[in-house]
Amino acid sequence: MLLAASNAASTSGADLANASAWAVYAVGATISMLGAFGVVLLRNPVHCALSLVMTIFGIALLFIDESADFLAAVQIIVYGGAIVILFLFVIMLLGVDRREPRRQDKMRGLTPVAIVVSLVALISLLVLTQVRFWATGAKASTEALNGPGENVQKLGQSIFTAYLLPFEMTSALLVIAVVAAVVLVRRGPQSGPETQRKTAARPPTSQESHRPGTPVR
Amino acid sequence: MTVPGPWYLVLAAVLFSVGATGLLVRRNILVMYMCIELMLNSVNLTFVTFARMLNDLGGQDSVFFVLVVAAAEVVVGLGIIVAIYRRRSGATADDVSSLKG
Amino acid sequence: MNAAYAIVALPLLGFVINLVLGRRLGEPAAGWVGTAAAGGSFIASLVVWVTMLGKPAGERVTDLNIFTWFPVAGLHANAGLQMDPLSITMALFVTGVSTAIHMYSIGYMHRDPGFDRFFVYLNLFLFSMVVLVLADNFLFSFLGWEGVGFCSYGLVGFWFQREVAAVAAKKAFVTNRVGDVGFLLAMFLMFAHFSSLNYSAVLGTVVKGHATGLLTGTPGAIDGTTATAITLLLFLGAIGKSAQIPLYIWLPDAMEGPTPISALIHAATMVTAGVYLMARVAPMLHYAHATSWVVACTGAGTAFLAATIACSQDDIKKALAYSTVSQLGYMFLAIGAGDYVDGIFHMLTHAFFKALLFLAAGAVIHAMANRQDMKQMGGLAKYLPLTALTFAVGWLAISGIPPLAGFWSKDAILSSAWGMNKVLWAIALVTAGLTAYYMSRQFALVFTGQARWKEARPAEVHEASGPGLPAVAHEEAQPRDPTWTMAVPLVVLAIAAVLGGGINFPAWHFNFLSHFLSPIFPAATGATVSTGTKWALSVVTTAVALTGLGLGLTTWRTAAHPKLEPNFLRKAWYFDDIVSATVSGPLTAMANALAFVMDTKVVDGVVNGVATSLGLSGRVLRKLQNGYIRSYALGIGVGLVVVLVYLTFRTGS
Repeated sequence: MLLAASNAASTSGADLANASAWAVYAVGATISMLGAFGVVLLRNPVHCALSLVMTIFGIALLFIDESADFLAAVQIIVYGGAIVILFLFVIMLLGVDRREPRRQDKMRGLTPVAIVVSLVALISLLVLTQVRFWATGAKASTEALNGPGENVQKLGQSIFTAYLLPFEMTSALLVIAVVAAVVLVRRGPQSGPETQRKTAARPPTSQESHRPGTPVR
Repeated sequence: MTVPGPWYLVLAAVLFSVGATGLLVRRNILVMYMCIELMLNSVNLTFVTFARMLNDLGGQDSVFFVLVVAAAEVVVGLGIIVAIYRRRSGATADDVSSLKG
Repeated sequence: MNAAYAIVALPLLGFVINLVLGRRLGEPAAGWVGTAAAGGSFIASLVVWVTMLGKPAGERVTDLNIFTWFPVAGLHANAGLQMDPLSITMALFVTGVSTAIHMYSIGYMHRDPGFDRFFVYLNLFLFSMVVLVLADNFLFSFLGWEGVGFCSYGLVGFWFQREVAAVAAKKAFVTNRVGDVGFLLAMFLMFAHFSSLNYSAVLGTVVKGHATGLLTGTPGAIDGTTATAITLLLFLGAIGKSAQIPLYIWLPDAMEGPTPISALIHAATMVTAGVYLMARVAPMLHYAHATSWVVACTGAGTAFLAATIACSQDDIKKALAYSTVSQLGYMFLAIGAGDYVDGIFHMLTHAFFKALLFLAAGAVIHAMANRQDMKQMGGLAKYLPLTALTFAVGWLAISGIPPLAGFWSKDAILSSAWGMNKVLWAIALVTAGLTAYYMSRQFALVFTGQARWKEARPAEVHEASGPGLPAVAHEEAQPRDPTWTMAVPLVVLAIAAVLGGGINFPAWHFNFLSHFLSPIFPAATGATVSTGTKWALSVVTTAVALTGLGLGLTTWRTAAHPKLEPNFLRKAWYFDDIVSATVSGPLTAMANALAFVMDTKVVDGVVNGVATSLGLSGRVLRKLQNGYIRSYALGIGVGLVVVLVYLTFRTGS
């Protein structure tokens, strides 16, 4: 959209379009970065989930900036609307909304090492983007991005023709995932409301009364 | 005229490394999982950027499928987490070390 | 030439039948199967011989190829048989004596639990021996050579539950093998020089070279050095097999085997294989004058040495064993002197009378309830008339009393020795006297004089019999002459010993053997001895023999003459002890060092060290798996970084 707008505008409009593109990028980048740091640094897991939502929004903005409109929408709906919701459900269900005790970290030396590793990876990646460029220039197996037609239309066409097999496989994968999830959280044949009350009323077993942070035998 | 490609790539790289750091540093299992999602997002951004740079729609198709698979993965992963951590409140990732050699 | 195949095939067939069905056939059927096989082989040899006689003298060599054995690059050794006068002579007497001994063994091994196993080995031995003498190339002959060595091992250690017997068997085999190194090296040299191992190729070339007088220059002709090397190495093999100095030590110990074995293998057949080998390479020996001297001197020396030892042995079989060594020395003396015919002649006559002596000794041992100490015998002529008579025939034959067989052959050898070297002749003469002396001693101790066995205690029962034979209580049986299966071979061999001289009677054109064998051998070199000298020498020899005989008989009417049996001679010039000290001592020490130091510490150390190091590394690597997800994730991260860094710094895309 923006490209079309910028193309239609005159050179003076081109400057405006240019500036607006940069502005959008800046905003999107800031939101994503803030969200990312929030996920990593915040203590309360609910806060982390909300930061993740912020990141997702930022990335959706960047998608739009790169004229991947359909993907931006899907990103917000699926990621922000479903995945993060799931996360929040589980956080509530498991009661893990308390702080992580820092004193009982078994691998205390891991943090600086992790930071170093990540920095090195980052720097290598940055260098790679600039120094090495391996685009082969091969012919697009699907359509050109800038060709005629809307983004959604072109995407749909390529999914249902060129990428039909992956599409069907991922559909099956989704079904399997649902079945797997149901199976995983079953408590067995006695998972009725009476047994749940009984389990709640039972005195805590040795497993439940163990000190947190010690390995469970 | 829009922002040149490498800017997006740099941003994606930074997001990726932040996610990696978070994965290694945090001990709450759900937060670790969220960092994984963060990394996946950065990859999506990279794909879309390259789709634009190479003028190929295949990049966007890849993002589509990554999204679907990420969703399925989250479902199953959270199911596993629930199954393991149901009984232990306040457990961290370091407590499931019964597979040590 | 179907009969030729039968000579080899029949013993093999007997071996297989006894191997498979022996236990079921049992006693005495297994024995008769073996004897029939040997007898059939003898008859086949007769047929071949008669056929050969029908042909003119120059055409008596036939070559039969049974199958291709070794078609390796350049080497074509076949399993083939060569029928020529020398091989058929050997085959005749080997199968003949063998048949007699097979029949004898039926009686001798009566009630032994290993009866069928005995005949299995006997037939296998006969097969190997026949292959040895009839083969047409050195490799096939070597197969027979090793086969007889193996059968000797199996038969000497027949009563293997006795440790002495097992050790003796090992000693025999190992000592033989030392000699076999020489045979193998000789074959290598032969192949290198002639590119073939066939008799016709190796010896034919040499004969041709001799015929044209060319020693070098023609392809395949041989020069003196190579000939000497090959023949010396072959002689080394012969030393091992035919028990000459220094490898004779196994023969006396081999008397642990049953007496028929001593008769067959260690008197008549296997030990003569060495003599046969040297006779076979006579054409080459012709060029190797150094070897001829070595052979002759070794033969004379051995003859003398063994004769001295035999003079002081108490065991009836050991005395005969040393006698065998001594007589083998005579045969080699003849070969060395270039008189190949007489070497073979003496081999023949020796086979007759030595086998006879051993079989008679076996009868005595049986009668004495398996006691072998001559000092415990005496006066047995009364109780064992037939045995005494046959023993006497053998005794006179070996002493060289005319007109028995031994006289003719020994005399011929002595005259050849005279022609070669007077010193050798003197040694041989003295040995002849000693031979007469110790054989008379043996006869006197066993058959004449006081019956010392009557006072012997039952604890003296010699355990030469295997665990299976029942112990005879000493109040029991009078010694008796053996059964007919044992007696008939004795008689047959006695007749052969008496008449055997007729094979090569040196006058009146009766020297049949010389005529028969002369196309094979080159003419004897060295000074020819005139007939007058020969007569004079025979008179001297006979006189010496008679002297020795008289001395022996008179001295040994009583059994106690310790001064005449010094320890030095009893212990066989301490030769065995010297060998133990110089060879087996250091070898055992080395073996111990290798086994207990190097093997356990070094080799096991390395192997165990590998295992230990693996365990250690496993223990260290195990720390990587601490079960924490985050450390695993860190591992993934580090891997990622490595890949990225590599990609970044890679030059060229």
